[in-house]
Amino acid sequence: MVGYIIQRFIAMLLTLVAVSIVAFAIIQLPPGDYLTSYIASLSATGDQVDPRVIENLRSQYGLGEPFYVQYWKWVTGIVQGNFGHSFEWKRPVWELIWGRLGYSILLEGLAVVVMWLVALPIGIYAAVRKYSLGDYLATIGGFIGLAVPNFFFALILMYLAFTWFGTTLGGLFSPEFENARWSLPRIWDFLSHAWAPILVLATGGTAELIRILRANLLDELKKPYVTTARAKGLPEWKVVLKYPVRLALNPLISTIGWLLPALVSGSVIVSVVMNLPTAGPMLLRSLTTQDMYLAGAIILLLSVLTVVGTLISDILLAWIDPRIRYGGK
Amino acid sequence: MPLIPMADKPILTISDMSIVFSSPDEADIEAVRQVDLTLTPGKTLALVGESGCGKSVTARAVLRLLDRNASIPRGSILFQPGGEAPTDIARLKQDSLPLRAIRGSQISMIFQEPMSSLSPVHTIGDQIDEMMILHEGLKPKAARERTVALLDQVGIPGARQRAEAYPFELSGGLRQRAMIAMALACTPQVLIADEPTTALDVTTQAQILDLLRQLQADFGMAMLFITHDLGVVAEIADEVAVMYLGDVVEQGSVYDVFARPSHPYTQALMSSIPKMARKAERVRLSPIKGTVPAPRDRPDGCAFTSRCPYAFEPCATVRPERTDVGNGHHARCHLLTRQPVEAVA
Amino acid sequence: MAVDTMTPVQAKARAIVPAKRESQFGLMWRRFRQHRLALVSLWVVAAFYLVAVLAEFLAPTDPSAYSARYTYAPPQGIQLIATEPDGSWSFQLHVNGYKTEIDPVALRRTFVIDPEERIPVQFFVPSKPYLLAGFIPMSVKLMGVTEPRAPFYVLGADRLGRDLLSRLIHGTRISLSIGLAGVTLSLFFGIIIGGFAGFYGGWFDTAVMRVVEFIRSMPTIPLWLGLAAAMPKDWSALQTYFAITLILSLIGWTELARVVRGRFLSLRTEDFVTAAQLDGASDWRIITRHMVPSFMSHIIAAATLAIPGMILAETALSFLGLGLQAPIVSWGTLLQDAQNIRTLATAPWLLTPGICVVVIILSMNFFGDGLRDAADPHGR
Repeated sequence: MVGYIIQRFIAMLLTLVAVSIVAFAIIQLPPGDYLTSYIASLSATGDQVDPRVIENLRSQYGLGEPFYVQYWKWVTGIVQGNFGHSFEWKRPVWELIWGRLGYSILLEGLAVVVMWLVALPIGIYAAVRKYSLGDYLATIGGFIGLAVPNFFFALILMYLAFTWFGTTLGGLFSPEFENARWSLPRIWDFLSHAWAPILVLATGGTAELIRILRANLLDELKKPYVTTARAKGLPEWKVVLKYPVRLALNPLISTIGWLLPALVSGSVIVSVVMNLPTAGPMLLRSLTTQDMYLAGAIILLLSVLTVVGTLISDILLAWIDPRIRYGGK
Repeated sequence: MPLIPMADKPILTISDMSIVFSSPDEADIEAVRQVDLTLTPGKTLALVGESGCGKSVTARAVLRLLDRNASIPRGSILFQPGGEAPTDIARLKQDSLPLRAIRGSQISMIFQEPMSSLSPVHTIGDQIDEMMILHEGLKPKAARERTVALLDQVGIPGARQRAEAYPFELSGGLRQRAMIAMALACTPQVLIADEPTTALDVTTQAQILDLLRQLQADFGMAMLFITHDLGVVAEIADEVAVMYLGDVVEQGSVYDVFARPSHPYTQALMSSIPKMARKAERVRLSPIKGTVPAPRDRPDGCAFTSRCPYAFEPCATVRPERTDVGNGHHARCHLLTRQPVEAVA
Repeated sequence: MAVDTMTPVQAKARAIVPAKRESQFGLMWRRFRQHRLALVSLWVVAAFYLVAVLAEFLAPTDPSAYSARYTYAPPQGIQLIATEPDGSWSFQLHVNGYKTEIDPVALRRTFVIDPEERIPVQFFVPSKPYLLAGFIPMSVKLMGVTEPRAPFYVLGADRLGRDLLSRLIHGTRISLSIGLAGVTLSLFFGIIIGGFAGFYGGWFDTAVMRVVEFIRSMPTIPLWLGLAAAMPKDWSALQTYFAITLILSLIGWTELARVVRGRFLSLRTEDFVTAAQLDGASDWRIITRHMVPSFMSHIIAAATLAIPGMILAETALSFLGLGLQAPIVSWGTLLQDAQNIRTLATAPWLLTPGICVVVIILSMNFFGDGLRDAADPHGR
């Protein structure tokens, strides 16, 4: 078990290095030296630029030096908590994003919880009552859930809420709670806003989970140990829940590995549509204004989020499946 | 093995039972036709036959473990533990309380594949404890103590540690021993063993058979033993029933059936067993001609007609009656009823 | 697979009966046809692609022709039956005109369908000359109104009074072709990289699989956005189109490479491949003559299932404003107009491109599933 976790952890570190290289490459991609454009924009607003400031920035980011030197400076800065500077906001990147990142994690975490809460009973029902009306409904719903792009779903939801109830869905808080401290009324306010984005975010993943769970469970239900459990005299619900469902969960947990990237992707676009204070809209804005250090940091952190999530799912899998716990290296 | 006179009352009586499989796009298949079997405490009935003859289906029917598409349209499975009123298991509702109270507690079952028949993600102990917690309302701690004692009794070394082990950590023989311990957890009165030794190698097979015999002597349960191996039958059974394509063609005490097989199928089976002989005296084994027809191609009469060397006029159309050939030895064959006619002629 | 194990003698015999050569695809088609939903989906997909090809002919007007007079004009629909005030009716294809009303609350001009006014609609109306699919000169459109200044907005108009139906039809061409182009490019990379990895194995295989795993663990939209944002703003429409295609296939190849590699790996140990090797066939010959034909159907199925993802990705990128840019019309750029909830409330018909997305993705998925089942009847 410990060996397995160490192995997964090292794999994660390597992935993180690769992620940081990709993020840095994206920072470097836009043609031209961003410092030049920064100075140009400063001059355009009529500011006189102090040559010392420029020199300072030049050495801080290793400009004019080879790619790997610049990368090294950037990445060592990040390890120390310095994500660079946003040229648009004229503030350190970290200050800008940590709050938004928190909401991203919160929303995505809640979406994962909702996915599982919804997918588990439906998936189990669909498999146990194969070819029943409920099974067909779940299958059809699953196909539609996978085919509707989440931003389109968000738009429809907003349109319906607006025309039927005259409310605008969007944001995570009412204005009066925007900057308040966490309290019961604020949590309530948050939930009354957040249900819509969570619903939108969870739909695709729920559909996918139901499909996988149903298929896995149908496989497991045919296995001899289910007959053994019945022969023991267990009531049917307990037979199903204790044995095949338990086994069908294992492959389901490993799906988190690719469910999370999709969820994080989706949350970017849904946040833009529903105007949420998460990392997504800020990423979009920073990319359109070519505020690359901010954009690079967000891309890096969102990727780290999925990588860490995958590690957690790996560990969870080892914890729940003794065959990996003992059989693994 | 000498035949002990039937002093005990039978504990499980299957009479006239048929099992039908139905599927939406094909005609129904009658996998088992009007089977009569009787189990007596302390005795072992072996059910022999080729694969697909319905012996496993019959065994599973006793605990109603058949798939959803199977039904028991006729006949009864009367379970009558000493002095109590009989219960017809064939008429109990699936997942009903009386059925669940019988399963595992009074009639339990061992399966062929100990690996896949045990859950790979629960410990052996957990899977055995469950039986006693469920049927006897034991506390988990007490149940574990009994489990350890049981594992010890079925010959698992280091029982206390092995109770914490997962099935994949045990060898095939130990897994089957664990399976047996599980089946015996609530001291059932009937044990159904569905080819328990088929997946094991020969030495392990012998050990498991010894163990089962030993346990039967200790617990005194009736045993229904499913196998396709006549050698195993000779070793463990008191009585034997031979099945062919859904029919019990012959049944009686092991001694009688082996010594005087009355049905052509049993005779053919017997002559297909290799015998120890000097090299010069060895004769070629005579396999049974032809292949088992598909259940849908089975004639209305005797199922063995298509391969029987003695088949004659009524065989394909008229089902032979159960004929007593003496000493509780029955067979279903027209030859047995024709003989007196021939004698007259 | 029997096709590939034939000896040269049998192969000659096969050449005499050419019908046998198609047996693999013939068999696949026969199995596919039993999948009713997949068959219907195939027709839907085919219809969409037909629309894409015939866009200029089908679209009633130029997608960029605007008319400030008809800002957010609601959909007219097409009426089949004309009823006279005296109660008599006749069969006449027409659309209704518009009345303008002033919304007393918002003090804004809104359009209302005027049932009194009938504008006849005709098939094959003459139009300005154009090139169908870029090279066939034509001067006739499928449908249109004959009165030159009459409004014809079957699905409504957008902010600039452009006809949504025409824009949708032209957008279909861009969105569907970008899916196809992206998959073609992905397939190219996927087959080369996955093929090499699967056929030769070893360190290259390990390295490729690590890269594939890595790319698949990244959230795609942020990555795509980052890459798309690096496109110079002054690129032409064609350049952006190809750049976006390239960006989409940068991630798209991974799934196809995985499928190809898996197939190669499992086939490498098959007897007929060993037999070919023992016969002294070159690697190239083994790959092209023996291995590829036996898993072509799987690749086609996998590629079909990859198209919806491409279409979705393009739509998402363009919707966010970092994909295709304004003069190009795609479902994504069309949906960009629907981002604002106020706009949406006045002109909900702007969501129609989204319905097209859902329909094409659903049918592509069913179609692909059917293909996969037909290619591999025993399942995975």
